[in-house]
Amino acid sequence: MTDFAISQSMPARQSSPVLRALRRNRFAWIGIGLLALIVLVAIFAPVFAPYDPLKQNILHRLSPPSADFWFGTDSYGRDVLSRLLYGARISLSIGFLSVLIAMVVGSALGILAGYIGGVFDQIVMGIVDVMLSFPTLLLGLMVAAMLGASFENLIIAIAITETAPFARVARAPTIAMKRRDFVEAGRSLGYTPLHIMRVHILPNILSDIVVVASLWMASAIRTEASLAFIGLGALPPTATWGGMIREGFDNILSAWWLVVFPSLAILLTVLALNILGDALRDAIDPKTRSQG
Amino acid sequence: MIGYVIRRLLLAIPTLLAMLTMVFILVRLVPGDAAVAMLGDRASAQTLQNLRAQLGLDQPIPVQYVRFVTDMLSGDFGRSMTSGRTVLEEVALVLPYTLELALAAMLIGTLLGIPLGVVAAVRRNRWPDYVSRILSLVGLSFPGFVSGILMLLAFAVWLQWLPVMSRASTDPLSHLRSLALPALNLGLIMTAYIARVTRSSMLDVMGEDYIRTARAKGVKPSKLIMRHALGNALIPIVTVVGLYFGTLIGNSVLTEIVFTRPGLGKLILGALQSRDYTLLQGLMVVFATFVILVNTATDLIYALVDPRVSYAQ
Amino acid sequence: MNLISESPMHYSGQKTGFTAPAREPVLSVRNLNTSFRTGDGWKNVVRNISFDIAARETVAIVGESGSGKSVTSLSIMRLLAAESSRIEGQVMLNGRDLLSLREEEMRRVRGNDISMIFQEPMTSLNPIFSVGKQIAEALTVHTDITEAAVKAEAIRLLEKVRIPNAASRFDEYPHQFSGGMRQRVMIAMALASRPKVLIADEPTTALDVTIQGQILDLIKTLQDEEGMAVLFITHDMGVVAEVADRTIVMYRGDAVEAGKTEDIFHRGQHPYTRALLSAVPKLGSMGGRDLPLRFPTVDMTTGQQVALAEVYDTVARTKRPILEVKDLTTRFHIRSGAFGRKTGAVHAVENVSFELFEGETLSIVGESGCGKSTAGRSVTRLITPTGGKVTVDGQDVMKLSQSALRAMRRSIQMIFQDPYASLNPRMSIGAAIMEPFLQHRLGTKSEARDKAAMLLEKVGLSADMMARFPHEFSGGQRQRIAIARALMLDPKVIVADEAVSALDVSIKAQVCNLLLDLQQSLNLAFLFISHDMAVVERVSHRVAVMYLGEIVEIGPRAAVFDNPQHEYTRKLMAAVPVPDPARRRVKRNMVVDELKSPVRPVGYQPAVRQYREVSPGHLYRVD
Repeated sequence: MTDFAISQSMPARQSSPVLRALRRNRFAWIGIGLLALIVLVAIFAPVFAPYDPLKQNILHRLSPPSADFWFGTDSYGRDVLSRLLYGARISLSIGFLSVLIAMVVGSALGILAGYIGGVFDQIVMGIVDVMLSFPTLLLGLMVAAMLGASFENLIIAIAITETAPFARVARAPTIAMKRRDFVEAGRSLGYTPLHIMRVHILPNILSDIVVVASLWMASAIRTEASLAFIGLGALPPTATWGGMIREGFDNILSAWWLVVFPSLAILLTVLALNILGDALRDAIDPKTRSQG
Repeated sequence: MIGYVIRRLLLAIPTLLAMLTMVFILVRLVPGDAAVAMLGDRASAQTLQNLRAQLGLDQPIPVQYVRFVTDMLSGDFGRSMTSGRTVLEEVALVLPYTLELALAAMLIGTLLGIPLGVVAAVRRNRWPDYVSRILSLVGLSFPGFVSGILMLLAFAVWLQWLPVMSRASTDPLSHLRSLALPALNLGLIMTAYIARVTRSSMLDVMGEDYIRTARAKGVKPSKLIMRHALGNALIPIVTVVGLYFGTLIGNSVLTEIVFTRPGLGKLILGALQSRDYTLLQGLMVVFATFVILVNTATDLIYALVDPRVSYAQ
Repeated sequence: MNLISESPMHYSGQKTGFTAPAREPVLSVRNLNTSFRTGDGWKNVVRNISFDIAARETVAIVGESGSGKSVTSLSIMRLLAAESSRIEGQVMLNGRDLLSLREEEMRRVRGNDISMIFQEPMTSLNPIFSVGKQIAEALTVHTDITEAAVKAEAIRLLEKVRIPNAASRFDEYPHQFSGGMRQRVMIAMALASRPKVLIADEPTTALDVTIQGQILDLIKTLQDEEGMAVLFITHDMGVVAEVADRTIVMYRGDAVEAGKTEDIFHRGQHPYTRALLSAVPKLGSMGGRDLPLRFPTVDMTTGQQVALAEVYDTVARTKRPILEVKDLTTRFHIRSGAFGRKTGAVHAVENVSFELFEGETLSIVGESGCGKSTAGRSVTRLITPTGGKVTVDGQDVMKLSQSALRAMRRSIQMIFQDPYASLNPRMSIGAAIMEPFLQHRLGTKSEARDKAAMLLEKVGLSADMMARFPHEFSGGQRQRIAIARALMLDPKVIVADEAVSALDVSIKAQVCNLLLDLQQSLNLAFLFISHDMAVVERVSHRVAVMYLGEIVEIGPRAAVFDNPQHEYTRKLMAAVPVPDPARRRVKRNMVVDELKSPVRPVGYQPAVRQYREVSPGHLYRVD
């Protein structure tokens, strides 16, 4: 191996190499910008939306995009643009909350399993493997169908499908960290296991978890849209992107705007999260960091 | 080697048992119980009681559990409440369609995805890499039904190249034409996925010491990439593609719904709409068993590709 | 000794100039410059390197990490990534300038005219092809040769590198070979096309010392047989003295001195050469002394040796030993087969007993797999031993509850091998040093800070570094920080597990001196675990030699080193390269063998051992 990477004491504090790599990555900024835009739109939906998303107007049924209705209207005469803006709230909050739950529960399980090891590890990972053997969408579909479709139940259903991957993701680096000398040193210095996991392991694997969180939030939004499309979304008349496509699908031959605009909304949101996750991963991986 | 195969197959058994347990628990999570969920709130107490007896829900939980597991293990996955056919019969009716779709998608995904990933890795940080990375990110961002709908709009509605609905047909050409769009839809998503995995796996391998050794030997670049690098990179690719199978099934359900194609997707949708919980429960078991079997097969393939595995344990 | 960058001065130990070999050169390097692309432009890592090598000649490039020695060899082979590196100058091979060749022409040179072997035999072979296939490939890449002839020739090559049962091992995969055997396979591959030049880049660094001896012998023999020129890259002065006709000393990208190996060793001019040589531990340099001895240091500006401070006797032999280990045994089960049955056990530590007194250094030496690290971890109960008794400061360690164990850890501390891994990268070093004090609730935060500051000064760093993070420190500095952290709890015993092995020689010498200083002032007892015989000889009061989990010889250092009794101790000492060029080309004629494994079948009963006492306290196992 080349042996030139020596670090003699460097000049005082520097910003973290991860942040620097991220700053150089132009691609990442596209993702961050797009995501920020979508989040802003969701928060300020009432300000931006030209009409009430639930207001039906029989006179304007299925009108194509025009100066009055930029993205057209649906079969009840509701404004598609307004419904899209409000729909962002549902998609983002279900995606965010479900991933948050999955991340906290899954990472905790993964770190504990990895650190404690032995029989506990085998049991937890056995359960995780079984959870992973259910296709994400089908598991979500079953849970949503069993619990009944509602905002909270959707969050629970999606969180359940994504807990196992987080446990996986947290466990592997925990085991790697456990073999690192500074964790061994912590044990030989007489620190409690909880202290070691909290102070020495968690901060060092947090970046891995965050990367996965952004990628799984993309997946959560996809799953939510898919469930809504199948008819297991938040209940109508609430506007959700997947639900809008489901309703528009019946009129796909005559009113393309009903499916195309919500499709693009889903695609852009998921893409923004994927780009961000990808850029974060590149920034964290020292192998790819040196290249901009 | 034989010891490894046996060991791996035995390992699938506790996984299957645990899966059955989880399905059992999931079904008991239904608010009220399955009978109420199936018949609705307004059903009379007598009808509910009858259904409970029929489903065995009036038994104590442990008895229900033992009956459920023994039934499932003996291949009795239950009977559809609406059609009266057994779950296996229902699955057997539509499975060929789904399998055909999944295999076609796998084929497209592998044939396009691996070369794309290899090229991206070899031309790293140059335009082929950027193009392939952006394409695969976009591909991965599509929920299966969104890409399906957009394809449907583009090829079937606007360009009118291919049929909107795909139907079973005895004519091989029209059969292929009706398979084309759904398979392409699933296949392109899979291509995106495989290209990504191949790229990162290739990049990992290209940095290994033994690649440097091969270069120091004077091995030709084409042989270096195809034999030394790809040979090793395939190992993680096989694993990941195997793990992707579950996602593929999920996406194929959505694709079948979009293209109104017969298959497991339509079966699930029907069961959902008619609140046929026994069918749903049976389907869940069938799906999960399928995925577990595929994962087991993946591990065995892995052992074939990598000489180190069978010795490791 | 402070190795700050300075303007490079070239010294030549040879009057005729350092680039001239005795005969016509095969490989001639002129003004080689290599730069890497970094975030802020091109960084020059090799500057104006020039040398020649003739047939049958060996030139060594020696230097510490960051010296550019490996980059030099990769530049000659043009194996650096083309996008991120720039190589300038001339590399003439039989009148052709390699740097001006097209990539395809260069490919025909690699493995054909110049071959290369690398440091890591464990990762340098392709895991999915059989060993025979990989050698066969080296044969077919550059020549047309029939299928049948390939196999015969490949087997001949395996025999040539002294692999036992070569024909039967042809179809085996790399993971079925030990490290030493894999390095032999690498050499067989490199010799396949009878190259004119062999570049050996740290070929023995990853190997155990007895295996290293065999590989060095092999390279020498093959060079005699094939008549090739050898460029040998190493950091180990002992190896240089054994193999090299001429030597180039590199320091931070510059060749600071070059000449005949004897001249470099005896009449080295450049202060860095002198510093490097004085820091090299030499086996047998203690001259009848009983106590440890500091490493000499050299002033980097003048090149003059600094006088050594005296080492006083700190061992409290009359008190009860601070650490008593009796019949310590640690085994790990191996499971395999379809049902994961126990099919055997690694007998990592088997009936090990010793005592350690206050103020004493007991070294445990042995090769990889001998159980020395497991023994160290078992003593501190980082690994739970299978049996035996460990008493620290009168407390029975094996009987302690988890919380009592944590409290006991104040008395016995560890320092680890890898200075890059032993500090949490996300914690400032001040916080890291204060943490044990605070976790054990020994005082307030400001008391912790004062103590940490005091300890930082004590280990030769400065208290105002507390806010900095580990990545801002060099390997040696990090090891000092780890030592300061261990001292925070005022331990009585420190288990130093290969604590200086990953450090460059000059840094290694400094850290050893620091450990001696701390023993002098704090009366610490060290359990010093190491594979490096020469360092062990320097720092210890007593030595225990471990082999396959057992102690085969133990006694006062002077007695063990001057009068080794057990066969394995003798073999170990004979294998250590001696940094004396006069012994060059003396072969050891060691038998080709591999390290034995301590894996035993189920139900294995370890033999009952007898020990014989040669002189007071000096025991060896009777086999």
